[in-house]
Amino acid sequence: MSEGQIKKFMYVNRKAPHGTIYALESLEVVLIAAAFDQDVSLAFLDDGVYQLKKGWNTKGIEVKSFQPTYRALDDYDINKLYVEKEALEARGLTEDDMCVPVEVLSRTEIGKLMETQDIVLSF
Amino acid sequence: MAIEVNGKSYETDEEGYLVDLNEWNEDVAKILAEQENVNMTDQHWEVINFLREYYNEFQIAPAVRVLTKAIGKKLGAEKGNSQYLYELFPYGPAKQACKIAGLPKPTGCV
Amino acid sequence: MLHIVNKSPLDRNSLDTCLATAQGGSLLLIEDGVYAATNDNAAAGKLKQAMGQLKVYALKPDLEARGMADRVLDGVNLVDYGGFVDLVTEHATCQSWL
Repeated sequence: MSEGQIKKFMYVNRKAPHGTIYALESLEVVLIAAAFDQDVSLAFLDDGVYQLKKGWNTKGIEVKSFQPTYRALDDYDINKLYVEKEALEARGLTEDDMCVPVEVLSRTEIGKLMETQDIVLSF
Repeated sequence: MAIEVNGKSYETDEEGYLVDLNEWNEDVAKILAEQENVNMTDQHWEVINFLREYYNEFQIAPAVRVLTKAIGKKLGAEKGNSQYLYELFPYGPAKQACKIAGLPKPTGCV
Repeated sequence: MLHIVNKSPLDRNSLDTCLATAQGGSLLLIEDGVYAATNDNAAAGKLKQAMGQLKVYALKPDLEARGMADRVLDGVNLVDYGGFVDLVTEHATCQSWL
């Protein structure tokens, strides 16, 4: 889209999916910003790993499930999804519980990746 | 706002997008297309049906770039380019086609 | 009395304060609070311990919405919205640990 220099963007997600609006807001910003063809990665830390826990059935709480939209990220050329290993363990989750392909990294490794970014967006 | 189709009223938002996408049917699409001055052909329907399938699967209306790529993958390279899509929907494939398909305005589309 | 917790145990201290304060009665987990009632969650141990003096409930639609309904901790009673209302009416007082 623009001829400008490609920057490294990281979206840091730390909230569970339904209790607050952060998860949905983050996902929408990611999709909108995808138009700018930047080098995008998504990091899921702490309760943020719950955003990718597969098998949501939101009928009972009467909200639209935005889980299928995570599967569209690949169409937007967003395929660097990092999930915090310690966060999965503290929640009884494994990589198999994730609804999209992810890379599981330790908190330290994610911290190092954060240091390499031009822009970090916090949700 | 609302549109009238076969004696039934369908609610639309201030920009003419259908409020409840479950109410959509082909007759509604035809009226929406008329309002957009789009003459529906088989090629138009192909894109509309593709958009509805995409929305069912991912719960979003895709951005133009994504739509173009996905259509190319499914319907062939001669259709997977923005020129083809803009010929069918001159005011923007994402905006106009989404409206006719009964979908919300694509995320990030102003 | 009825205690209600709606925050994730690994994000806020609502559950900790609730468990440290509660003197018996019932605990209902709703919204992000339901994560406490799932297997191998880091907070599951203290919840199990609390079951000795608190009857623990979790709102099923909230577990389902989060994809966690298939891994509920033993001893947790699942309720729907009707059950939520029943719990509120059965108890004289109610504290929400927001």
